[in-house]
Amino acid sequence: MALDTIAPLAEETRPTRVRESQLHLMWRRFRRHQLAFVSLWIVVAFYLVAVFAEFLAPTDPGAYSARYTYAPPQGIHFFVSDENGWHFQPHVNGYTTEIDRKAMRRTFVVDSEVVIPVRFFAPSEPYLLAGFIPMSIKFIGVENPRDPFYILGADRLGRDMLSRLIHGTRISLSVGLAGVTLSLFFGIIIGGFAGFYGGWFDGAVMRVVEFIRSMPTIPLWMGLAAAMPKDWSALQTYFAITIILSLIGWTELARVVRGRFLSLRTEDFVTAAQLDGASDWRIITRHMVPSFSSHIIAAATLAIPGMILAETALSFLGLGLQAPIVSWGTLLQEAQNIRTLATAPWLLAPGICVVVVILSLNFFGDGLRDAADPHGR
Amino acid sequence: MTKPLLSVNDMAIVFTSPDEPDIEAVRQVDLTLTPGKTLALVGESGCGKSVTARAVLRLLDKNADISRGEILYDAAQDGPVDIARLDPDGLAMRSIRGAQISMIFQEPMTSLSPVHTIGNQIDEVIMLHERMSQKQARERTIALLDQVGVPGARDRANAYPFELSGGLRQRAMIAMALACTPKLLIADEPTTALDVTTQAQILDLLRQLQDDFGMAILFITHDLGVVAEVADEVAVMYLGDVVEQGDVYEVFRAPQHPYTQALMNSVPRLQRKAERQRLSPIKGTVPSPKDRPEGCAFTSRCPHAFAPCPNIRPERTEVGAGHIARCHLLTQANVEEPA
Amino acid sequence: MLRFAINRLIAMVLILWAVSFVAFAIIQLPPGDYLTTYVATLSANGDRVDPAAIDALRRQYGFGEPYIVQYWKWITGILLRGDFGQSFEWKAQVTDLIWGRLGNSILVEGLAVILTWLVALPIGIYSAVRKYSLGDYLATVGGFIGLAIPNFFFALILMYLSFVWFGANIGGLFSPEFENARWSLPRIWDFVSHAWAPILVLSLSGTAELIRILRANLLDELKKPYVTTARAKGLSEFRTIIKYPVRVALNPLVSTLGWLLPALVSSSVIVSVVLNLPTAGPMLLRSLTSQDMYLAGAIILLLGVLTVIGTLVSDLLLAWLDPRIRYGGK
Repeated sequence: MALDTIAPLAEETRPTRVRESQLHLMWRRFRRHQLAFVSLWIVVAFYLVAVFAEFLAPTDPGAYSARYTYAPPQGIHFFVSDENGWHFQPHVNGYTTEIDRKAMRRTFVVDSEVVIPVRFFAPSEPYLLAGFIPMSIKFIGVENPRDPFYILGADRLGRDMLSRLIHGTRISLSVGLAGVTLSLFFGIIIGGFAGFYGGWFDGAVMRVVEFIRSMPTIPLWMGLAAAMPKDWSALQTYFAITIILSLIGWTELARVVRGRFLSLRTEDFVTAAQLDGASDWRIITRHMVPSFSSHIIAAATLAIPGMILAETALSFLGLGLQAPIVSWGTLLQEAQNIRTLATAPWLLAPGICVVVVILSLNFFGDGLRDAADPHGR
Repeated sequence: MTKPLLSVNDMAIVFTSPDEPDIEAVRQVDLTLTPGKTLALVGESGCGKSVTARAVLRLLDKNADISRGEILYDAAQDGPVDIARLDPDGLAMRSIRGAQISMIFQEPMTSLSPVHTIGNQIDEVIMLHERMSQKQARERTIALLDQVGVPGARDRANAYPFELSGGLRQRAMIAMALACTPKLLIADEPTTALDVTTQAQILDLLRQLQDDFGMAILFITHDLGVVAEVADEVAVMYLGDVVEQGDVYEVFRAPQHPYTQALMNSVPRLQRKAERQRLSPIKGTVPSPKDRPEGCAFTSRCPHAFAPCPNIRPERTEVGAGHIARCHLLTQANVEEPA
Repeated sequence: MLRFAINRLIAMVLILWAVSFVAFAIIQLPPGDYLTTYVATLSANGDRVDPAAIDALRRQYGFGEPYIVQYWKWITGILLRGDFGQSFEWKAQVTDLIWGRLGNSILVEGLAVILTWLVALPIGIYSAVRKYSLGDYLATVGGFIGLAIPNFFFALILMYLSFVWFGANIGGLFSPEFENARWSLPRIWDFVSHAWAPILVLSLSGTAELIRILRANLLDELKKPYVTTARAKGLSEFRTIIKYPVRVALNPLVSTLGWLLPALVSSSVIVSVVLNLPTAGPMLLRSLTSQDMYLAGAIILLLGVLTVIGTLVSDLLLAWLDPRIRYGGK
């Protein structure tokens, strides 16, 4: 007798819509999130820096110069004024040295009188971009290679902070990506099995996941990382760290995948496919995966910041990536000492990069998650 | 005729939202409630009946506002109060809520706090409005639970809502609403979430309590069967407008508004298979308030719609003793016979 | 309630057993066995190596025997005699080294939990009740930034700023003169003047996360019909919100202690290293870098145990708060 039931469905009156793919719809929803959209571009910019590190970095990250220990950031200027007024001339300023009598050491002061001209697309020593494209042009460089060029300052050995930061970006971001890829691989396989078949396997997997998630991760990571033989090569350490990070990282993704599988398993369209006699494989690949792949992508994006943080923390403690490798964590390791910090606060720059990247990845992932939810706003 | 307890005159309620134009969810509501009588407010989902009920207690969401009209509540002591003009969070409104006018809701599960005992939740309203100690309040609570037919009231007062069945929960809800012997009880679909036998028990209980306490009841439902069972008067709402109102017997016997007629025709009746007729559902769907015509809201679905319907709002027309409908057919009939 | 507690206790024992296994695995991870390293170090230092003593150690720890035997000897040593083994770097019993440090860890982490709740609760409630207000906006932005700053980086910044602005070094938990003194009013004051920095750093990300969760929970609860019921009783808005939705939203929040604690213990390790606190963290780092594995294993084990016990306490607290769990016996 309920009134709700008396109105017939008026399908024909509904306006016909242009059919759009799931991806297209998601993209449209995503674009509505201003912050997530901006964050996407920031993330893309960082990854571009990582890819073109050799081209963008003015010098080799290992190139040192004892003359310029802890030289402060020069900044970069675009105009010079002379008798003809202002004109365009990108340049940095040189240094003068002062002796700090109290601390008994030499300090540098940026001297705005000295103009060191800077060129974009400056010729350089030949190098291999991304390891295989031979090039001999850098994005930016000083005209006379003997002049000091430290836009973001120099470290203890007079190495260029900017170049090291750019190369560190490559390592830190790729560790995050590789760690998440590996975690995703384990997470999907383990979580997928647990979620689709349930039963004792599901129970066991969930206990293990709960256990790992209830452990303090940093001490565990530290214990695992400390066991790496000291004589391993840079590449071996890099992969070992990735594996160590995903040993714990897979749990979160497995949980998400399992949860999705579980909730979808009881959905009517899956039951319908089963009644139609579709095989498990077909149900999983044709019906279930498309309806949650976007969620998985969002979850994976949100897992990258954790990986980056973990790598940074471990390397910062000296247990992760080791010295010749340049990552944000190994760079920050230089800034552990309060005396060093007081002398050269610009060594904290990698930390700012970490914050910006993590913030952007979080916003981006949140936006993606909201866009992936078809029932969302 | 006794003095009305509460009268709603020409009330409209507008919902505002930052990125869409305002929506007038309730456009024209006139209702009169008399002590000891039950007025049933019927209508399809989304017609504004719940919003109307909430407006009487000023429990609307922050984005909703009573834009026009008055809600005159004639309290015994100091003359009529226009509830529509009160501050919703002010002391005056709060002393009416729960004490003078109280409300029961559709979902007895979610309408009670899951983490407080039933007794605690009922004691609270008693102690809030009447000077009583915790102990006295609890005694009253137990008596109330007993009165609404909760078996083992003394123990059940210490139970949590999830420990009770849906029917018992709704009884507890009713006990809470009656705790301060209100003059008006608003029941917002109190039986919709219950199964049929429980539903009948709750309706019986309400009727019996009305005899005992003598309060007026505003009963909101979409179920015409329930209306026939509990109501003295009925008001039919369609898309924010009250289209017909009157004595329940009158209205059911001779519905005047095409919408009410259509409603009556769409109710299934118990008949032998051979004698069964097809139900005649109302054509089309309820439009959104955004697409509501300026005139009669039912125009787009009305089989009798003619020239003035979309643009001119029909006047209230008295078609019998206290039986009022808003339809151009009724006013037109006096002027000229429709061809 | 009792059944719930017993179930939880049994689960905890199983988890503790798993923790001990993980800790032992970490002890065994570095190549070479502990005793060989020990002997090598002794010889390198020119100390006389007593074969009888070495043999005794070998028997005690079961070196050369299968792992499971070694594990058995290690864990029974801990359980029966409270013997965590020896630290070869400090040439002392692990037991003598760790308790003071662990006490400091618990103190700092406990205070950080309290601060987290004290700050997150009012802000979270305000944020949800005044959704989209300026305050809510600020809290949300602050929360995002709080989550994005690595805690050790925050500690570095704090260290740098206090050095530049006040010329003070904020490391440590006590001034030297109070290091080993008994607790007294001046010592408490000295502790507070040192500990604010690590506690602030440690509670930052937890607070940010808690505000986010509380806001989301509360926004859900505020929409529930029982809130309308409470209003319909004539309760004031403030009392309505505090007594009902906040109370309900608190329950899932209590269970967040389950992840708050592991995260806190994790970050306290690294923050302690930066701020040079006399807690378990720096000792763990040092023992790991010098491969002093029994010490490292003991610290990892105890940090794990601490976390598990903390989680158990939060579970029981939740059951005590939430009748649905208490009676559900889940």
